[in-house]
Amino acid sequence: MSRKPYIREISKTRWFLRQPRYMRYMAREVTCIFIFAYTFLLIVALARLSQGPDAFQEFLNALRSPLGVLFNLAVLIAAVYHSMSWFNVTPQAMPIQQGEEFVPGSIIVGAHYGAWAVISLIILFLGV
Amino acid sequence: MSEERQIQLEVLRYNPETDSQPRFQTYTVPCVNEWVVLDALNYVKENLDPTLSYRWSCHMAVCGSCGYMINGEPKLGCKAFIHEYGDHIRVEPLAHFPIERDLVTVVEDFIAKLASVKPYLIPKEDKPISAGEFKQTPAELMKFKQYTLCINCMLCYAACPQYGLVPEFLGPAAISMAHRYNQDSRDGGRDQRQEVVASDEGVWECSFVGACSEVCPKHVDPAGALQQVKVASTIDWYKEHLMPWVKK
Repeated sequence: MSRKPYIREISKTRWFLRQPRYMRYMAREVTCIFIFAYTFLLIVALARLSQGPDAFQEFLNALRSPLGVLFNLAVLIAAVYHSMSWFNVTPQAMPIQQGEEFVPGSIIVGAHYGAWAVISLIILFLGV
Repeated sequence: MSEERQIQLEVLRYNPETDSQPRFQTYTVPCVNEWVVLDALNYVKENLDPTLSYRWSCHMAVCGSCGYMINGEPKLGCKAFIHEYGDHIRVEPLAHFPIERDLVTVVEDFIAKLASVKPYLIPKEDKPISAGEFKQTPAELMKFKQYTLCINCMLCYAACPQYGLVPEFLGPAAISMAHRYNQDSRDGGRDQRQEVVASDEGVWECSFVGACSEVCPKHVDPAGALQQVKVASTIDWYKEHLMPWVKK
């Protein structure tokens, strides 16, 4: 008997709509576009700064516009989602074994959130 | 007492001799709530339609033969309880594998990939039997024990969108098995496995969707194993390029 296996094609553009877990993955990946956009904004800030105080003030005013605030808010939400989705999988990528036991995942994740809080506070302190 | 209810079991059928493409066929099955989906398939085979083809063997989540897509989710037929579903259950062959017939898939690709990572102990040095066994402490065993639970059921391949899109990808179970032996204190075969595992079509094809670990019926956590392999392979790269005088 000859074989005739049937191959089911997968859509290259809509595959992630099949499963909620694929959508969550894509959401995590899409956040990098926001991070990229913010990095670009920082480069623009440097360019404006090099053009003198007036140019930089103009840039700061643009940031305070409703569109600027909205952009920053969107980036903040994306960055928080991005960071949290990676923090939550750190126990899988970096398990810590002590003797015959593994350190509970909650401690590894918690340490990341703790470090995040401390670093954020230091930056806030330096910025004020 | 066991409660009986009727379910509509929708099964994807494909006969390579007569069909040009698969089609769904629905059977009405009187089920007991304690049944699993595999029991319902067996009922169909024995009472309604002896032509239905599907793989199964142990009925207790050990052999890894009865993986199907059940309502779109990769599951073992013997672990998917009827009472967890409504009155309509759809059973399809595992996604991302070619269909041989009905629920039977072509698995040669996975078997070849598994063999390519040399999933067996390669001792660091030969020693005569008279020298005794290779000893291991409980802590050394714990390092890889969870990966030994893999039953090669291929649910992780059916869950992995990357394997679906890039069939050359070595995949979750094969890389986890390589990691299992690499982590074994008695093994010295990592360099041989890395040629396959650390290649472009090896671990670097993984983008950490994490679906493999979510569907794994034995909680092997292949996604975790793959990320650890990435970390170790990255350290290798830096050692090789920045500190060539350090021996691995």
